[in-house]
Amino acid sequence: MKKTAFYGALTVAGFAASMASAATLDDVKERGVLNCGVTTGLVGFASPDANGVWDGFDVGVCRAVAAAVLGDSDAVEFVPTTGKTRFTALASGEIDMLARNTTWTFSRDVDLKFEFVGINYYDGQGFLVPRDLGVSSAKELDGATVCIQTGTTTELNLADYFRSNNISYEPVPIETNAEGQQQYLAGACDVYTTDASGLAATRAAFENPADHVVLPEIVSKEPLGPLVRHGDNDWADVVRWSLNALIAAEELGVTSANIEELAAAPTGNPEVNRLLGTEGELGAMLGLEADWAKNAIAAGGNYGELFEKNIGENTPIGLARGLNAQWTDGGLLYSPPFR
Amino acid sequence: MTSVTDPPQGSFRLSMLLNDTRYRSYTFQFIALVLLIAFMAYLGINLVRNLAAQGLNISFSFLGDPAGYDINQRPIEYDSQSTHLRAAVVGILNTLIVAFLACVTATIFGVTAGVLRLSSNWVVRKLMSFYVEIFRNIPVLIWIIIIFSIMTVAMPAPRAFRGDNATSSMLFESFAFTNRGVYSPAPVIDGAAGWIVVGVFIASIIGIFAYRKFATKKLYDTGQLLPTFWPSVAMFFVPTILVYFILGRPITLDYPSLQGFNFQGGLHLRGSLIALWFALAIYTGAFIAENVRAGIQAISKGQTEAAASLGLRPGRIMNLVVLPQALRVIIPPLISQYLNITKNSSLAIAVGYMDVTSTLGGITLNQTGRAIEAILLLMLFYLTISLLISGVMNVYNNSVKLQER
Amino acid sequence: MSDTHAHSVAFVRTEPLPELPPPPGETGMVKWMQQNLFSSIPSSILTLVSLYVIYLLVAFVAPWMANGIWNTDSLAECRTALDGATGACFSVISERWNQLLFGFSYPTEFYWRPGLAFILLFVAAAPVMFFDLPRKMLIFTGLYPFIAFWLIWGGTIYTPLFALAGVVVGYLVYSRYVKDSFAMGFFGGVIAAFITWFIGGYIVDAIAPAEPFLEAVASRNMGGFMLNMILGVVCVSLSLPLGIVLALGRQSDMPIIKWICVVFIEFIRGVPLITLLFVANVVLAFFLPPGTTFDLILRVIIMITMFSAAYIAEVIRGGLAALPKGQYEAADSLGLDYAQAMRLIILPQALKISIPGIVNVAVGLFKDTVLVSVISMFDLLGMIRGPILSSTEWNGVYWELFMAASVLFFVVCYGISQYSQWLERRLATDHR
Repeated sequence: MKKTAFYGALTVAGFAASMASAATLDDVKERGVLNCGVTTGLVGFASPDANGVWDGFDVGVCRAVAAAVLGDSDAVEFVPTTGKTRFTALASGEIDMLARNTTWTFSRDVDLKFEFVGINYYDGQGFLVPRDLGVSSAKELDGATVCIQTGTTTELNLADYFRSNNISYEPVPIETNAEGQQQYLAGACDVYTTDASGLAATRAAFENPADHVVLPEIVSKEPLGPLVRHGDNDWADVVRWSLNALIAAEELGVTSANIEELAAAPTGNPEVNRLLGTEGELGAMLGLEADWAKNAIAAGGNYGELFEKNIGENTPIGLARGLNAQWTDGGLLYSPPFR
Repeated sequence: MTSVTDPPQGSFRLSMLLNDTRYRSYTFQFIALVLLIAFMAYLGINLVRNLAAQGLNISFSFLGDPAGYDINQRPIEYDSQSTHLRAAVVGILNTLIVAFLACVTATIFGVTAGVLRLSSNWVVRKLMSFYVEIFRNIPVLIWIIIIFSIMTVAMPAPRAFRGDNATSSMLFESFAFTNRGVYSPAPVIDGAAGWIVVGVFIASIIGIFAYRKFATKKLYDTGQLLPTFWPSVAMFFVPTILVYFILGRPITLDYPSLQGFNFQGGLHLRGSLIALWFALAIYTGAFIAENVRAGIQAISKGQTEAAASLGLRPGRIMNLVVLPQALRVIIPPLISQYLNITKNSSLAIAVGYMDVTSTLGGITLNQTGRAIEAILLLMLFYLTISLLISGVMNVYNNSVKLQER
Repeated sequence: MSDTHAHSVAFVRTEPLPELPPPPGETGMVKWMQQNLFSSIPSSILTLVSLYVIYLLVAFVAPWMANGIWNTDSLAECRTALDGATGACFSVISERWNQLLFGFSYPTEFYWRPGLAFILLFVAAAPVMFFDLPRKMLIFTGLYPFIAFWLIWGGTIYTPLFALAGVVVGYLVYSRYVKDSFAMGFFGGVIAAFITWFIGGYIVDAIAPAEPFLEAVASRNMGGFMLNMILGVVCVSLSLPLGIVLALGRQSDMPIIKWICVVFIEFIRGVPLITLLFVANVVLAFFLPPGTTFDLILRVIIMITMFSAAYIAEVIRGGLAALPKGQYEAADSLGLDYAQAMRLIILPQALKISIPGIVNVAVGLFKDTVLVSVISMFDLLGMIRGPILSSTEWNGVYWELFMAASVLFFVVCYGISQYSQWLERRLATDHR
């Protein structure tokens, strides 16, 4: 009897999964929901709260894109992915974009055929050690046991770093960040290594964060950014410029507080006007409404606001802007002009 | 199918393909074959189209590239510059190691619990039922994670062994139980003399088996009962110890000692290995216990009574009458439990034990993005192991099949 | 004796003496302990060792359980409340109970729907499990899949209605033609059902109300123990018919069909479930027409169903092999064709023999559903390892959560295995 229900479900699923064409933008509009791949849970970047509402820095990017395309920042289906599943989920069309602190590397871009649309966080791999270990540099870690989260570029960087410094170590691979914490706190490994932002997030969750230090060495470049499939340039443009809109908004002083006022009528700054759709046809060129960027920014605020709210110095994670400051402040964030 | 029902020659009609039992099976097989080929072709065409659309291809050349990651438990030489293929081989060896250890331990647990469940002792019986029911009815993945958590959270860290006021100390100055695993002394074999001792030891074990076989044969042929227990013990210890001292103690022990961050030297059984090993052993042991119990109970009471009426002692009844018959019932399910252990060892991925699922199906897959190839190879490996074990089982089944006359 | 008699010949007791109680060593507690606990020296040692083990277990667990705290909001609060004493923080269970059962994204206000489906499951399963119940209840069992689907997933009621309509049409066609030929009836029925579903799909799209009576919940939002139950129940039910077909195919005289079945069964049984789940998760998408995707949960159901079908096929093959050859010959001598013989004579008996084995496979399968946590689905274990343990409030609570998961699984699996034993005893008496 159940067999038939199954076929029924299959048939229904067949109708629901009508041929997704190459035009992701049209699919998303038709579906009314953006499928966005995120991590299975990393506080500050993407994690569900007690009510199952996703929150975090990467989540903010997803919401901004959803707001730009659909005008509703809640029209997002968050698909949790692991290091193993994220690329297949994107390649198979299960998700429309991946915002899962993913490092932009040559092979992912070229060999795996993905399109990184920009960088939303400049990161680097660091080491977290207990203060009482008395270690002040990663070069003193000869013979240490190191916990690594698998499925990332971390294990490759680590192997390279220790190899080039000619010191030995014992890798302990772990599956999730929660298990990494458990191992590290119990002393099953001397060092926990992952992206510096992840280390800060992990340390923030400790009972006594002050007992642990992040070593000064940053052993890799980890430009993290959202990505989409190769070959759908229209959709890549939408995601790219939604991210750029957030960055440009901070540079131009557009915040969630003043956006209504600025968008109500053309202002003295033409670039703000073009960004917010009060001048020019930028939205139409993307195939979106004129107020797409306004919606994207209003969803969670500009880049700076998202940063401060989720991972900034006033949050438990307490990351400084550092490289992620605007270029005008000595950082690397530099949005191409809106014109 | 006598000549009476034979239809006249040459009167073949198309409808007979469906209605005549002689041809119908060909029709069905033909349809099945066509459907199968169509289905395979459908999948294949989809695969080709998908790969083309994404600009990907199927290629196993990634196996020759440097893996770039390190593996902690390396039965063979391996470093981060070795190839992905070598990483896969390391994983395969690790799978076999944990599967072997778990099979041995599970058999010990299972046989003990199975026999004790039939004991006349009420407390023991109930305790063993408790063990069997608790472990059988909770998923093995949960057990693996629980035991791993016990290993990491409840055991002391190596730094607890350090300093003057250390909170933990080593057992007999030679075993250290830490949350990174257990460190024990490792034998160091010293040149040719050492290998001679090892050779003598292996030879004496073979000798024990040969002697026991000889004793059994003698018993069946002449009825003369040779002692087996004490000669076996003597053969086990005496030659090896003699040679060991004659050659001047060529085997020494390498004791673990705390240096730097970790214990160094000795044998290191990692926490992930222990968690996987014990979880698999204790979980599968519960199933084996049930098989053993069923096997012993399957031997009818008449056999025991008949043996007793012949005047055999209880130990002999077990050895000569019950066990040989019970083994015939016990061994086939036992071997399929071994198969289950091997397959369940793939859950290593949950505790970071570097078996083949974690290297080839884990990090290699993640780093290269070659999902189809990696998973195909992974399945082929497990399939080969399963077929080998099934082959062994078939050979055994044929050898113990009741000789019906 | 004779002395006593010598002194008292003159007196013969006419009434029997009142019965004395047996000596203290021969009765009650003492006797029982002697026989069952201390019958010999090894036995006594075993008893003492076992008692010591039990003491250790109790001494370790009891204070921890007894001091358990049920009503704090975070681990830190719980630790403060315990104030250094040994005790469990069961508050993680009470606070996250709904998440453990339903996952974190099933809408809170709809928890009654899977709850009701769960209760109805017992009603539906009862006539299958207990043969004494009125056979009419089987009608409800037949309707249950559609009801449960509608309750859990929600959405328009027309979807399950048309699915049901397809089944009914298929059955009508089947019963119309089965008298002529089983194959014709069977395939005709299947084709008719598919046609109904196909047309129904369009009709449902056309007439579906915008605001259905039960709001739709996406498959992705299923989680927690509910997901384990869904996967377990659905996959076992689906794999039964598939397993029967495979078993019959493996026994078939037609070499091609036989080899297809053998290769399928041996392949599936030769690889671990986890690799099949990897296939569902990362590879299957490559084998579907470009651009189509369907739910991860559906892909996982397909894979687990294939997995358990292979195992069930082997159990049923054992049942078929155990039937006396006379049954097959008797069926042939009555002039029944293959389909009739199987349907009316062989399968009913073979399935009956196979029931305990099938139940074992079902229990094993249900336990194996936790493996989906490895492929980032939030089932019970996935909830624990993912969102709950990585949340700031409950970071570091292990034993309480694993205990909760163990208890939930134990209750279900132990219950089913007890039922299986009861059934085995009952079926055993039927044979005498």
